[in-house]
Amino acid sequence: MPKLFTGAEIVFKCLEDQKVEHIFGYPGGAVLPIYDELKNHPSIKHILVRHEQGAGHAAEGYARSSGKPGVVLVTSGPGATNVVTALTDAYMDSVPLVCISGQVPTHLIGTDAFQECDTTGITRPCTKHNWLVKDINNLSKVMHEAFRVATTGRPGPVLIDIPKDVQFAKAKYKKPNNEKKLNGKSHNKFSQDQIDELVKLLSKAKKPIIYSGGGVINSGPKASQALREFVDLTGFPITSTLQGLGAYPGDDSQFLGMLGMHGTYEANNAMHDCDLLINIGARFDDRITGKIDEFSPNSKKVHIDIDPSSINKIIKVDLAVVGDVTSVISKINKTIIKNKNGHSKSNKSNIAKWWEQIEKWREKNSLNFVNSDENIKPQHAVKRLYELTKNKDTYVTTEVGQHQMWAAQHYKFNKPNRWMTSGGLGTMGYGLPAAVGVQIAHPEKLVIDIAGEASVLMTMQEMSTAVQYNLPIKIFILNNQYMGMVRQWQELLHEKNYSESYSEALPDFMKMAEAYGCKGIKADNPSDLDNKIQEMIDYNGPVIFDCHVDPNENCFPMIPSGKPHNQMILGPNDKEDNKIKGKGKALV
Amino acid sequence: MPKSKSAYSVPTKKQKPDTYIFVVWVDNEAGVLARVVGLFSGRGYNIESLAVAEVDAAKNISRITIVTTGTPQVIDQIRLQLTKLVPVHKVAEFKRDDKGVIFKEMALFKVVGKRNKIQKCLNACKNFNPIILDETRTSAVIQITALRREIDKMNKKLKPLGLISTSRTGAVAMTRGAKIFN
Repeated sequence: MPKLFTGAEIVFKCLEDQKVEHIFGYPGGAVLPIYDELKNHPSIKHILVRHEQGAGHAAEGYARSSGKPGVVLVTSGPGATNVVTALTDAYMDSVPLVCISGQVPTHLIGTDAFQECDTTGITRPCTKHNWLVKDINNLSKVMHEAFRVATTGRPGPVLIDIPKDVQFAKAKYKKPNNEKKLNGKSHNKFSQDQIDELVKLLSKAKKPIIYSGGGVINSGPKASQALREFVDLTGFPITSTLQGLGAYPGDDSQFLGMLGMHGTYEANNAMHDCDLLINIGARFDDRITGKIDEFSPNSKKVHIDIDPSSINKIIKVDLAVVGDVTSVISKINKTIIKNKNGHSKSNKSNIAKWWEQIEKWREKNSLNFVNSDENIKPQHAVKRLYELTKNKDTYVTTEVGQHQMWAAQHYKFNKPNRWMTSGGLGTMGYGLPAAVGVQIAHPEKLVIDIAGEASVLMTMQEMSTAVQYNLPIKIFILNNQYMGMVRQWQELLHEKNYSESYSEALPDFMKMAEAYGCKGIKADNPSDLDNKIQEMIDYNGPVIFDCHVDPNENCFPMIPSGKPHNQMILGPNDKEDNKIKGKGKALV
Repeated sequence: MPKSKSAYSVPTKKQKPDTYIFVVWVDNEAGVLARVVGLFSGRGYNIESLAVAEVDAAKNISRITIVTTGTPQVIDQIRLQLTKLVPVHKVAEFKRDDKGVIFKEMALFKVVGKRNKIQKCLNACKNFNPIILDETRTSAVIQITALRREIDKMNKKLKPLGLISTSRTGAVAMTRGAKIFN
């Protein structure tokens, strides 16, 4: 007779077979049998967080920086509801997470038992799929399927709800079944005809642009390699979404910077005026497109995506290729090279004029700002941070708001998986726990959370986690005492009525650092900013860096609402666009 | 152009919505209907009627028929989003006026009144295969099968003749001829 295992043992056997090394979690009554089993599995290290949301974001940071699924373990009721924000965040940004939650014993489900909630009901709209395992005999199958669902196709979070009696019950363990049950969900069935059609469009284009997104990162490091080769072969300009940063080197001359609401002037104008738009692994998010009716009005549009439901969801495209970015781009590259060997025709000369136009837009220098000797400009702080860390293989996470946009604009990423930010859901409080997860996955690397003082307070408790595990994360707070992006919108859109966007009683971050047992550094003068940043980098341990910046700085350039890409508001250096008054204001 | 204080875009002109019927084959497991219905409510799609039952006990497959309205773009999204759900095997959709598809709904009418009124009801229903399922001296339960709008019409027509209760199933659909969906 085969050996029988308890549900808790089966959970760990599955995790071992799925090669899980770290889980982020928080114990509680309904998961105690699983926690009891932890000691018997030395290959799996548990990271104890301070709040389940932190566990979720840490697992996201872990997943996005390593390419492996992040695993979360929480208890029933409040444990499960606390993780909902992180699951939703992962769902929006396509991050593979496997969340295991405890549940009250099966006979108590539906009786409003202590710490009971309808976990699968609550998480149904924010996971790719979820399971309530009522029968121990299904547990190993469900566990393995959960990993498969989370990591295949467009990645995303899944949840497995395991009642406490199932954790105690015994059954046989089944190894993962490598044979794939796709249920008609294979998303890599593009044809050579489609590739040929695409290559034909490439050769005819006079004003092309490549718009790449997080799908390139999700497809793995090979996708970034293929993308770089593709850009090199075609000579086309490339812009990237917030999530795609790092897939193509940020300091390369063919890179136009980020596009969208706070993207560069050249990237947005190129999107508007192009005659061929190639979307690689992005989803035409509303922060990218601006006004839909006037979005890139004269272009042929190509969309490469692994998720068929992303195609034609917002923007109608002329050619859709459903497939994994790595395989599609590699196929395109091969076809281009083959064609070139045939008649060695390149269209790089075709697009010389286009590049001239782009250079003109570039001259606007849309990311500029008026620097100051008296107080630290937030953009300046991010630029200095970049200059002082660019030679290290640095991982950057962010919270959400102005600082996030400044980080995206001024920190240049050269490799994929180095940039972790909450884009789709826009979760304030994401960056600190995400940095914890990144540091767990890359213990020897420099990990910085570029933060705002309002965001970071939402998940500040995870500093305690960082200290417990000796994680030398650097929390670089651009402290402007406001919810900066809220303040900016109130200034531009709501007649400077700064309703509830000023934080009256901020904590002293130096004392806070001391209280958590980590190092605190404060900077309020541009002249010693560099030294202070260097001190932070050199310190071997967690640091809270309180960088006091100009509270009135706004994030430019900006596409006002209801406006197309070619009508951006530029920064204060651009005199004609400086005034957002009267009639203009109504348009913002 | 409308004034906007929002960073979200203003809604743009909409295409004309049409009525479509979706047929979805799913694993018959706990929560599957909630997933399908939740997708509709969560993304703001509309459900006019819904019919669901297991059709293959051996393979554990249920068949869900959903009548919905939407612009062609929304209908596309509904199909693609449904296809993404893990327990969904197959999705088919067709327009309500598609001649190649039979589209039926069953209704039960309870009529209370004198014999002659009940007889009038039966006569009114005569094109829709009326069957009397239960009869007393003062009442009858009449079953009909018809199109959705025909049942709507009968529902109105029978009211003055003593109709006191209506129960209907929601539409089910099947292709004509030898071919099957997809």
